[in-house]
Amino acid sequence: MKKDAKTVLKDNTMIIVLVLVYVFFMVTTKGAIFMPMNFNALITQNAYVFILACGMLMCILTGGNIDLSCGSFVCLLGALGAYFMVTRSMGTGISIVLMLLVGILYGCVLGFLIAYVEIPPWIATLAGYLAFRGLGTQILSSNSSTGSIAPIPENFLKLFAGKIFSTKLNVLNVPCLVVGVVAVLLVAFLNFRDRANRVKKGYEADSMAAVAGKTVLLGAVIMLFAYKLAMAGGIPTVLIWVAAIVLLYFFVTGKTTIGRHFYVVGGNKEAARLSGIDTRRIMFVAYLNMAVITAITTFVVLARFQAANSTAGTNYEMDAISACFVGGASAYGGAGTVPGMMVGALLIGVINLGMSLMGIDANLQKVVKGVVLLGAVAFDIISKKNAK
Amino acid sequence: MAKILLEMKNITKTFPGVKALDNVNLKVEEGEIHALVGENGAGKSTLMNVLSGIYPYGTYEGDIVYDGEVCKFNKIKDSESKGIVIIHQELALVPEMTIGENMYLGNEVGRKSAIDWDKTYSEADKYLKMAGLTESSKIKVKEIGTGKQQLVEIAKALSKHARLLILDEPTSSLNEEDSKALLDLMLSFKKQGMTMIIITHKLNEVAYVSDKITVIRDGSTIETLDCHGPEKISEDRIIKGMVGREMTNRFPKRENVPIGDVMMEVSNWTVQHPKYTERNVVNNVSMNVRKGEVVGIYGLMGAGRTELAMSIFGQSYGTLLSGTLKINGQEVKLKKSPSDAIKHKIAYVTEDRKGNGLVLSQSIKVNTTLANLAAVSKNTVLDKDAEYAAAEDYRQKLKTKTPSVEQLVGNLSGGNQQKVLLAKWMFAEPDILILDEPTRGIDVGAKYEIYCIINDLAAAGKSVIMISSELPEVIGMSDRIYIMNASRIVGEMPASEATQENIMSMILASGRGD
Repeated sequence: MKKDAKTVLKDNTMIIVLVLVYVFFMVTTKGAIFMPMNFNALITQNAYVFILACGMLMCILTGGNIDLSCGSFVCLLGALGAYFMVTRSMGTGISIVLMLLVGILYGCVLGFLIAYVEIPPWIATLAGYLAFRGLGTQILSSNSSTGSIAPIPENFLKLFAGKIFSTKLNVLNVPCLVVGVVAVLLVAFLNFRDRANRVKKGYEADSMAAVAGKTVLLGAVIMLFAYKLAMAGGIPTVLIWVAAIVLLYFFVTGKTTIGRHFYVVGGNKEAARLSGIDTRRIMFVAYLNMAVITAITTFVVLARFQAANSTAGTNYEMDAISACFVGGASAYGGAGTVPGMMVGALLIGVINLGMSLMGIDANLQKVVKGVVLLGAVAFDIISKKNAK
Repeated sequence: MAKILLEMKNITKTFPGVKALDNVNLKVEEGEIHALVGENGAGKSTLMNVLSGIYPYGTYEGDIVYDGEVCKFNKIKDSESKGIVIIHQELALVPEMTIGENMYLGNEVGRKSAIDWDKTYSEADKYLKMAGLTESSKIKVKEIGTGKQQLVEIAKALSKHARLLILDEPTSSLNEEDSKALLDLMLSFKKQGMTMIIITHKLNEVAYVSDKITVIRDGSTIETLDCHGPEKISEDRIIKGMVGREMTNRFPKRENVPIGDVMMEVSNWTVQHPKYTERNVVNNVSMNVRKGEVVGIYGLMGAGRTELAMSIFGQSYGTLLSGTLKINGQEVKLKKSPSDAIKHKIAYVTEDRKGNGLVLSQSIKVNTTLANLAAVSKNTVLDKDAEYAAAEDYRQKLKTKTPSVEQLVGNLSGGNQQKVLLAKWMFAEPDILILDEPTRGIDVGAKYEIYCIINDLAAAGKSVIMISSELPEVIGMSDRIYIMNASRIVGEMPASEATQENIMSMILASGRGD
C-alpha cells in the first residue's frame, strides 16, 4: 500500500502541531527555547509526564480507565521517602525499597478493588486523590516546622537527578554525542532490518525512500537533542530512566501477548473473556503497574526538587491523562500507542516551557494550556474525519 | 389496479468509490405489503435511507414520487411529516426511559417550554393498544422483552401517523412466536389500509405477508414478483433472484465422513441463572457428540440453548449445580474459566459476534490469533511474522473477502465477520466446536460457505454442535438433532427422520414448561 503525501500528513497531525507550537515559541522567545539549557529543561522538567503516562496509558487501554490518585500518591510517597531518609536517617537503598513496597501495596489494594470488587476506577482512585495529599501533608508538617523535609541525601540525588559524565556549560560533552550517534545508528539498523525482513517474506513494506526519510528525520531529531544536551553539560540522569521506561512500554504494548491482552480487553471485554483471557487479572495488573510507575515517578520528582513538600505532584494525573489522550489514545480504551503518548507529553512539555520562558502570568498559562490542548485534539480529529 | 402510493424512479446513489445503487426502481401500491429482499450489502438499507431523507435530496440521482408528487426530503422529519416512517433494524429505544418517553423522544407533546406528561402517556397508551400491547406506557423499556420492544417501535411509528411504514428486519431479534405475532399485526394493519415495506432475510416471512416482492442484487433491481400472480413463488425462486444463480442445494452434502467414538458427553447438567438463583436455565440435560459428527440443537429463543453451551464452555454463564462432563470417556472438571475449556480443546463460537465475539476495533489478524496467542509467541513475545502468516492462511482457507488481514474487523460485512470468528476458533485447534447460530444475519451465499466450513470440520474428525433456530438449517446440516424447550432436552432424533412438523409437534407436546 503506497501512502501519498496527504495521508502521511494526516497520520502525523499531532507531530505537525508539535512542530508548529515549537516554531511559535522560537519566535516569541527570540530563540531562547532553542538554547541548550532549555533542551535540558524540557527533559528534566517533564520527565514525570513521560513516566507517569506510560502507566496511565496501560490503564486507559483497558477501557478508558484513569487513575486520579497518582499525583497525590507522589506527594505521600515523597513525604514518606524524605521521612525515611532525612528524619530517620535510613539508608538510601532501604528507603527506595520501602517506597517501592508501599507502592506495590497500594497497587494491590487498588487493583483488587477495581478488578475484583468492581468499583469504578474513577471512584476508587478519587479516594486516594483526596486522602493521600492529606496524609502526605500531615507527615510533612508533623516532622518539619517548614512543612517540607530537606535536604535529600546526595547519593539518592545521584541516582535520579544530575548528569552523567558532567562537563561545563558550552563545552562539548563527548560521551553524550557518542550516545546520540549510537542511538541513530541503532534506529537506522532496526528500521532497515525490519523493512528487509518484510520484503524477504513478501509482506507489505514502505518504500525504501519512505524508510530512509523516516530514519533521517528521527536521526536528525536525536542528533539535535544529543548536540544540545552535550552543550548543556551532558546527559541528564533522568533521561536514562525515561528512555528505559518508555522503551520497555513500547516493547510491552507492541510486541508481547500481555500487551495484546490490554488492547483486546479495552476493545471488547466480553470477547476477551470468552477467548480465555483473564480480564480481571488484566485490570489488576493495570493498576498495580500504575502504582509502581507512580513510585518511580516519585523518585524522579523527589530528586529534582531535593525536598518533599505538600504541593509535589499537584495535577500530575491530569498531565499524564492529557498526554495519552492528546497522543491519540481512545477514551473508550483499546487504542493508543507509546510513541503517540510521547508526542502528547512533548507537546505539553513544550507549552509549559515556552510559556514560562515568555514570562506569562501563571494563571494565564493555565488558560492557554487548556485552549491549546483542546485545539490540538480538535485539529487532529477533524483532519482524520476529513480523511475518511 | 390500485393507486401507486410510492414510486422510486432510477435511483442512483454513489459513495466515494462505490456505486451503492444503480438505477433502482421500486413501485409500491397503496394498501399492499411489499417485501424488499436481497443479500447483505445489496443496497436495501441504502434505498430506504434515500427514501426517508437520511441521504438528503441532491446526494442521489433519480426521483421519489410519493402520493403523486415529487418529493425532495432533506431530513427524516420531512419524510415523516408525509407519513413515511421507518423502523430500523437496531432498536432505537433508551432502556432507562419509559415507553411513553421513548415514543415521543424528539417529538415531545406539550408547549415549547414544558412537556405535557398526562397527554404523552394517554396518547402513548392509545397507540400501544393499537400495536397490540397491554403494557402501561409508564414502565421502563428495559423491563419488557425484545418482542414487546419491537411493538413499542411500531406504536411509536403509529403515533407519527404513518401511512407508509418501512420495517427493516423487524424480526431479526425475535423468537418464532413473537415474529408470528408481529407479522399478523402487519396483516391487520394492511386490512386497515396501511401500506408497508418489509426488509427481511427470512423468506418464509416474505411468503407469509407480502403481496409483492422486489429483489435487489448488487445495487440494481432484478425483478418484482407478484405473489398473487398465476405462478406460485417458491423460496427457491426468490433465492435464485437474490444470488443470481440456481441454488440446487442450500445445504452442501457431507460425503463419506465416518462417525467415530463419543467425544464429549454431558449428563444431568443443571445450571443456575447467574442472578436469579431460584431459576434453572438448564435443567438436567444429558447429551453427547461423536467424532466427525454434527449435532444440531434446535429450540426456540429462550429455551436454554446458549446457556447450555456457555456453561459447558468453562461455566462462562451461570453456576453449575450438578452434572458431569466427559471428554474422550474421561470425566473432567473444568474450572470456572473459558481458558480452562480452551485447554481441554473446546471452542464456543458465540451467536453475538459483535457483542462478545470479535474486537471490532482491531484487525482481522489480531482477532484470528486471539484465542491461541501462545501459538504465535515465544516466552510471551509475539512473533508478528508467524501471526501474519496464520491470519493470512485462514483468510485463504475460509475465503474471507478483504483487501488485507490488517483490515479492521468492524469494516467487514456480517458474513465475513462470521468467517473471522470461525477462523479465530479454528486457530485455537479445538476438538469440539459449539457453534451458536453460526449463520445469523448473514446472506444466502455466505451461509452456504459457512455450511461448507462446518462440513470440512466434521470431515477433519472434529465434533460439531450446532445451535440454530432455523429448522431447515438444523435438519439440512445435522447428523443428529436434540430438541430443547424450557431448559430441558425434550427429544432426540437422527436428522434422516426429522421433519419440521415432527420437531415442532415435539416442542408443543412438551408444553411451555414451568
